[in-house]
Amino acid sequence: MADNKTTQASGAASGAAPGGGAAPAAAAPTPGLPGVSGDRPVKIVGIVCNWCSYAGADTAGVGRFRQPPNVRLVRVPCTGRIDPLFALKAFQKGADGVLISGCHPGDCHYSEGNYYARRRFELLERMVHYLGIPKERFRWTWVSASEGQRWQQVVTEFVAAVEKLGPREGRAL
Amino acid sequence: MRIGVFVCHCGSNIAGTVDVAEVARRALTLKDVVHAEHIMYTCSEPGQAAIQKAIREKNLDRVVVAACSPHMHEVTFRRCVEAGGLNPYLFEMANIREHCSWIHTDMPVATEKAWDIVKMAVAKARRLEPLFANEVEVCKDVLVIGGGVAGIQAALDLADAGLKVTIVEKETTIGGVMAKLDKTFPTIDCSACILTPRMVDCAQHENIELMTYSEVEKVSGYVGNFTVDIRRKAAKVDWSKCIGCEICVQKCPSKAPDKFNAYLEPTKAIYIPFPQAVPKRAAIQVDYCRYFQTGKCKVCERVCPAGAIDYEQQDQIIQKRFGAIVVATGLDVFPWEQYYHEYGSGKIKDVISGLQYERMLNASGPYGGHVHRPSNGEEPKTVVFIQCVGSRDESVNRPYCSSVCCMYTAKQALLTKDHCGMDTEVYVFYIDIRATGKGYEEFIKRVQTEFGVKYVRGRVSKLYEENGKVIVRGVDTLLGEQVEIAADLVVLASGIQAAPGAKELAQKLNISYDEFGFLKEGHPKLRPVDTNTAGVFLAGACQGPKDIPSTVAQASATAAKVVGLLAKDKLKTSPMIAVVDQRNCVACWKCLEVCPFSAPEKQEVRPGDFRSHVIETVCQGCGLCVATCPVNCISLKGFPTDAILEQIEEVLLT
Repeated sequence: MADNKTTQASGAASGAAPGGGAAPAAAAPTPGLPGVSGDRPVKIVGIVCNWCSYAGADTAGVGRFRQPPNVRLVRVPCTGRIDPLFALKAFQKGADGVLISGCHPGDCHYSEGNYYARRRFELLERMVHYLGIPKERFRWTWVSASEGQRWQQVVTEFVAAVEKLGPREGRAL
Repeated sequence: MRIGVFVCHCGSNIAGTVDVAEVARRALTLKDVVHAEHIMYTCSEPGQAAIQKAIREKNLDRVVVAACSPHMHEVTFRRCVEAGGLNPYLFEMANIREHCSWIHTDMPVATEKAWDIVKMAVAKARRLEPLFANEVEVCKDVLVIGGGVAGIQAALDLADAGLKVTIVEKETTIGGVMAKLDKTFPTIDCSACILTPRMVDCAQHENIELMTYSEVEKVSGYVGNFTVDIRRKAAKVDWSKCIGCEICVQKCPSKAPDKFNAYLEPTKAIYIPFPQAVPKRAAIQVDYCRYFQTGKCKVCERVCPAGAIDYEQQDQIIQKRFGAIVVATGLDVFPWEQYYHEYGSGKIKDVISGLQYERMLNASGPYGGHVHRPSNGEEPKTVVFIQCVGSRDESVNRPYCSSVCCMYTAKQALLTKDHCGMDTEVYVFYIDIRATGKGYEEFIKRVQTEFGVKYVRGRVSKLYEENGKVIVRGVDTLLGEQVEIAADLVVLASGIQAAPGAKELAQKLNISYDEFGFLKEGHPKLRPVDTNTAGVFLAGACQGPKDIPSTVAQASATAAKVVGLLAKDKLKTSPMIAVVDQRNCVACWKCLEVCPFSAPEKQEVRPGDFRSHVIETVCQGCGLCVATCPVNCISLKGFPTDAILEQIEEVLLT
């Protein structure tokens, strides 16, 4: 099941310091952009649904959960709105990573949009490899509006994974 | 095109981490941007005035505000630009606070990111078009889910305001948890004396319909026009005939667990939860009924003077329309037996939960208010209360404070002295005393000084039986000593958790909930009783643990919000919806297949030529059909594909 891998991650998200203060996982300051093998920081395009993951990122902000600064978010109403071509467009234009996040299965604000998204991105995840893009550069997951810490964790882990691969050379797919 | 960019300092919230002047300066270099400035508090009156002034003087036709989350102030700024003479949908927000300044510490890094976010917002603004809201008729009936004190208060307020209210309650009677309580803190006034008249008011109010022993099955529609399927469970008793005489209960030969009395003593298979039940109607618990299990008995049918018993009765699904929904599903008591094995897992008879003690104290409870040891029926001489059982305990996944246990323990400690005599030894083990309500701290002090209840700061590590006593072994952290007390009765201040089924109901209503199953409000301070689904509101402990005064206050607040919503005859719908370019539609009907709301329909554009058409007032604007359409002939207003692609491109330009 696609959601299994996300529930594992969410389990670890509980129990960090409440309120302000940096959580230990991301306490490392980010002067410049460390851990980048190339000459520029990696840039990641995130496409998130308005109701869960965008709000989850807001919750992370309100809680001051520090994150690496490499992700730029595009807000859409629902992950069901996301054409897989958006992700490919981002890769074509030089994104080093693409992150898609929406509501947990069962929690979609529009009832079913994330189920369609799940099918689309499960397929895309298997496909990007054939376009010369390591699948580690593409991630889709679920973060709810109350999961600020989980958002921090998702961003921190994904940025680390993409930084490990470094910036992509060239623009074309 | 003439775009104005306004970068907010938000005091030091943004300006402390982002060089707002630099972002505004760079914004001026963007194509189409003719005005950029940075403002101390953009949402304030002078801030909004500055936007409106710039719209006028610079003849702006698009506005971008780089500030907080759109969830916070998008509506505020849409209103602001509208008052300034622009269409409210020619506005875009760049979130440089929650998504930038609050999560980064390094100013150059945060400034670069904020700059990217502003560029993306400007790119999107270029693609915005004026949008106009539709209006729909509003159904003025309200559904209240849950008949506890929150639901009762909300229903009465709404009904008094002239709205028709339906209360759906899953038990056979309304009243909820409060109906089980003996006294309420800090006044020690009788819970039933406050609640039961309100229950009767609900039953008799001309604008309230009670649907007890019913549950919400399915919810569809949207604000102003919800359609709800309600399952009326089969009580196996015809309630139109039942007179609540309780003869069937007295004569029934089968025992069944008594949920209302916290399982202290069994009830009968046919039962009425308590004498003041509203409506006072009997129901059969089929799993425990001798007739349903063996096919023989029918005692209740024989003794019923009203001929109300109906063994053939089946569940009914009743469909109703509502304009707004109030969720007041309340709470459940933490099932300590499953978690606290060091306290005996429920196997020590003289260790009971706070709610069980409440029923023991209650004059209408199974023991008529006689406090005694369940093991031998004797009056206890030493009573120990243990607080925070299932609260503030990460080891049982309940890290939150249940907020009522300190106070109800103090109340029960006082009542113990009252029932068993002042010479009874009463101890309370606590972590901290949280007495934040009006008159609460004074109450705790009174319990400690006037009633001589001994408060021991520390945790109890083990409970075990020895020589007919319960040995309480704990620590007094103030004295730094081990403590051991031989108690006759131990009462655990079991905490609050979300009601069973709260999560499933939230999914039916498309509202958010947290990891503990408590329902999420729209914003803790700006929209505390709203949810993120328009037309669905919250009241009481379903949103988080709270005491009766807070619950009632929240229920009244919710009622006021609902009245405000339904005061209008027509509601404006969001214009950010899907629209079909019928020239390119190939009539594959994939949009009809995927739409969760049945918004697209087949429209005959010429005789025999059908194309897809999205019904404006039904579309909720999710955009699922847009991504599904194989020929890209559907677009989503407010989120056009071009805007999304150009946002992506903008951020990747170097």
